[in-house]
Amino acid sequence: MKKIFINPIAVIIDWFENIGKYFQLLVRVFKNLEFWTSYHSNILDQMIQIGSKSLPIVIITSLFSGMVTSVQGAYQMTSSLIPNWYIAGLVGESVILELAPVITGLVLAGRVGANIAAEIGTMRVTEQIDALETLSIDSIGFLVFPRIVAGTLMFPVLIIIADCFGIFGGWITCVTTLNLNTFQFIKGLRSWFNPWDPVFGLIKAFHFGFVITSVACFFGYYAKNGAEGVGKATTSTVVISCIVILILDYLLAEILL
Amino acid sequence: MIKVDNIHKSFEKNHILNGISFSVEMGDKLAVIGQSGVGKSVLLKHLNGLLKPDKGDVFFDKIKINKISYRELRKLRKNMSMVFQFGALLDSLTVNENIALAFQNNSDLSSKKIMKKVSQSLDLVGLKDIGNLMPSEISGGMKKRVGVARAIITEPKYLLYDEPTTGLDPINTDKINQLINKVSTKKMASIIVTHEIKTVYNVANKVIMLYDGSIIFSGSPAELKNSENKFIKYFITGTQEKE
Repeated sequence: MKKIFINPIAVIIDWFENIGKYFQLLVRVFKNLEFWTSYHSNILDQMIQIGSKSLPIVIITSLFSGMVTSVQGAYQMTSSLIPNWYIAGLVGESVILELAPVITGLVLAGRVGANIAAEIGTMRVTEQIDALETLSIDSIGFLVFPRIVAGTLMFPVLIIIADCFGIFGGWITCVTTLNLNTFQFIKGLRSWFNPWDPVFGLIKAFHFGFVITSVACFFGYYAKNGAEGVGKATTSTVVISCIVILILDYLLAEILL
Repeated sequence: MIKVDNIHKSFEKNHILNGISFSVEMGDKLAVIGQSGVGKSVLLKHLNGLLKPDKGDVFFDKIKINKISYRELRKLRKNMSMVFQFGALLDSLTVNENIALAFQNNSDLSSKKIMKKVSQSLDLVGLKDIGNLMPSEISGGMKKRVGVARAIITEPKYLLYDEPTTGLDPINTDKINQLINKVSTKKMASIIVTHEIKTVYNVANKVIMLYDGSIIFSGSPAELKNSENKFIKYFITGTQEKE
């Protein structure tokens, strides 16, 4: 942090260097690929790590974000001119367009991103990556490619699950505390539903999955200076992933909506 | 033959290697000695292309390995293996899987034949029944021996050891030294980075000593023992001569 005040130009140059190295890493991921069969078991392992092991946190966050959206929606719509079932429409649209992809993305930047950065970073500082290289194994293909593919494939699946549980959470709150019945809730959902919205949510999920896993792999792969370096890599992964998710969220909304 | 020709290496402002040159022939067991932090491991990592020199060249059977593409380098690495200071076994794989990694993408052998080679290799290093254990379940000395098993399974032409006995008790040190002698053949060259004098005398037939980024001694272990150089004497005996 001190460095920013002492030598801001060096910090800016560092940033650009890191961006360049990140894209170099991405090029190397796809440039030296072997046969698909070399990676499929690794990809499946990572899909389990990233996908099924993230389910509990995804379900909990989406469930509560759906519930709180219902309560806040009801709080905003106090006018007697607005029918109650509008809340369901609000819940559905908020969850599908924004809450499920973005909140899940931010939460998974912590769970998945930090995990990948710490794992690969530890492999770097304990020479396990060097060991792979000396065994003529392309360490980037072996470690980075399966994680990026697994993340990019599994995030949309997780977002679909988050969509379902977010709406389910909204429904629980509506029928238990807001005097709405299931029929009214479904009517509200359907009245505001646009088929493009879930597709847009999945496009976001695809991008977030790629960003989180690739950023985590980048910081982990170039970690140095032992345990302290691994800690820094993990922190940088979470911070940068969250920032990029929010920027991408805006850009995709601007372009696709 | 591996030939190192006048290599220089710096990390930011630290000059680690300043014009190192030497060569290793088949059948050689070269020990690279020197104080901690003098650049022995950095030198070793230049020999298999893990690091590239700022200046100078490293020849592997007359091929400049610091000038070839990554794909070519990976092909060359099939002829050499490295034993790391702390084993560098992959935490997420069992001992068997760690050793079998050497055949990932590099072999047409069936998985049955690979597992047979793995158990033969483990047998050779005296660790028969630990194949299904995870690296976290075995001792430091065992990790190093598994590292040796992984390195020799592909029968490489060059075997690089990075401080193979560091941190081990005298009995395990002796076991590792015996193991290095056992796996070395006339069709193989071994380069051993160490600061254990016992390893130098019991294993090596050639020695180079690094000091301040340069080679200050090159010769046989017997010549090292009889050297009149004060620093070398100090390094060997561990006691400084009185003026």
